Amino acid sequence: MEIKKPAIAGTLESSDAQVAVEPAEDGIELYLESSVMNQYGRQIKATVLETLERLGVENARVTVVDKGALDCTIKARVECAVFRSCDASAANIPWGGVVR
Amino acid sequence: MKNAVGREIPDFLLKDGREVYQGKNYMDGKYIQKASPRTRRYEKPQESKIVETLADALRQCGAKSGMTFSFHHHLRDGDYVVNMVMKAAIEELGLDELTIAASSLGNAHDPIADYIEQGKVVGIQTSGIRGRMGEVVSAGKLRTPAVIRSHGGRPRAIEGGEVHIDIAFIAAPTSDCVGNCRGIGGKSNCGSMGYAMTDAKYADHVVVVTDCLVDFPNMPASVEAIDVDAVVVVDSIGNPKKIASAAARISQNPRDLMMAEDVARVIAATPYFKEGFSFQTGVGGPSLAANLFLEKYMDERNIKMGWAIGGICGPMVELLKKGKVGKVIDVQDFDLDAVNSINQTPNHFEMSASQYANPANKGAFVNKLDFVVLAALEIDTGFNVNVLTGSDGVLRGAPGGHPDTAAGAKCCIIVTPLIRGRMATVCEHVVTVTTPGDCVDVLVTDYGIAVNPLRGDLIECLDKAGIKHVPIEELKEKAYSLVGRPDDLQWEDKVVAVLEARDGTILDVVRKIKPYTLEQE
Repeated sequence: MEIKKPAIAGTLESSDAQVAVEPAEDGIELYLESSVMNQYGRQIKATVLETLERLGVENARVTVVDKGALDCTIKARVECAVFRSCDASAANIPWGGVVR
Repeated sequence: MKNAVGREIPDFLLKDGREVYQGKNYMDGKYIQKASPRTRRYEKPQESKIVETLADALRQCGAKSGMTFSFHHHLRDGDYVVNMVMKAAIEELGLDELTIAASSLGNAHDPIADYIEQGKVVGIQTSGIRGRMGEVVSAGKLRTPAVIRSHGGRPRAIEGGEVHIDIAFIAAPTSDCVGNCRGIGGKSNCGSMGYAMTDAKYADHVVVVTDCLVDFPNMPASVEAIDVDAVVVVDSIGNPKKIASAAARISQNPRDLMMAEDVARVIAATPYFKEGFSFQTGVGGPSLAANLFLEKYMDERNIKMGWAIGGICGPMVELLKKGKVGKVIDVQDFDLDAVNSINQTPNHFEMSASQYANPANKGAFVNKLDFVVLAALEIDTGFNVNVLTGSDGVLRGAPGGHPDTAAGAKCCIIVTPLIRGRMATVCEHVVTVTTPGDCVDVLVTDYGIAVNPLRGDLIECLDKAGIKHVPIEELKEKAYSLVGRPDDLQWEDKVVAVLEARDGTILDVVRKIKPYTLEQE
């Protein structure tokens, strides 16, 4: 998918993550902040990159502010932000397809 | 050298006879040479010991660079006294190379972080270290490693001369003109003053700081005038709202209540749950809520609690007033109900930290405990508990009475949710061992109960009562299956804090944390 406009998903509540995506031209730029950075930073990064790859996002500036979210939450927030950026979040979401 | 909980203690710390932790009761039967305090004689009668300012009091006590000042933490996060005294010493008298020996330090003492960064404060000895002070110490900015002691370890170290206090500062809610102090009757009341008592007896000089001067004699005194050099009257010693909360409320969180109920079930399944049993609980959500469920079992079996100790709060005072507990003995108060009850409600008494928890005297109160219910930041599969360092390795907690009560009690129960946010509370290895696993008996979580294999007797009790329990490894795996297996923290070599076991051996060290990078090394 192509990131067409800036979009955001998630909150800054404890156990959530806020994910913002913006258009970019040269690959994935990831900015990550996390309250559990020292123990889970690399796993969060891996989860975000995997999710973007699954969605076919090749170019994006992605900012993740994580407040100790579980992997499933991080995935969901990334998916939602990407779909919102493509105006594809209102209907016909491919549940069980690329979103799983 | 590796100690009995498997922690590597660097050799440079093992000098002057200092040993690594060897296990529970290792020092039993050994002798301790107590320090004999050197104090100033005031033979000529004085009408009053009031001096105008803190700076005057410091001068009168011969304050100079390199000294150790002591403080107690009954004013908790409301305390103004530590910052006030250090400001006068550093900014008015120009002192440096100072050491702070406090029973605990908290967020109220953030300004001290600046003095550490400026090299004015070079040593910290405390139970608790949090906020900015925890951050700068963790960043390696304190010249000497901080020394972390339990509430019982501190009076042991003072009495044994390991900590020599040059000037003790007593934050006194009320004092008379010659320094008889009480924790009640003023405008910044804290109730018990138990942590200050050993300081007053062993310091070279004692300065009382109060915001409420009362008529002589202020009796019964927690700290007595016979030990006091000077009295300073200030506008305010603390913020009453932060000293004692309005009332420690029992949690309504269903998860807390479920765990509390399990704690009470475990207690009721042991042979120690009988007429006259003794009990201590922390003030965390599930620990405090255990009071509620325990009362039900007490009524059912028609038994009463003999006595309770600890940091005290409202629900325990309530039990005392209802006649369901015989005596409450109190080293610190957490809420106004407790503050207003000490020495007022019959059978609610004050005690010193040494009497509470010191392992080197002839028998502290903790040694007679049947049950203690405690929280944990982390507990590992060896039942070792961490209540000091966060999951990022930064100092932000306090052992307090945790190691003392765990070691003394016949049944030590840790109650904690399995995960907090993404942090696994039950884990492979705790970041820092603050209470050794040989002192911890039962773990109650929201996903199940585990019993320390060292306690075959308790396993039998639980089985007999039909209380389900699992190996602690299962709980750990459950936690990791929810949150993922954490990366190990990366440390530098520099030791930023030394964690003393309550007996004075070295239980663990905290090192400087390495900056984290997202790239795999």
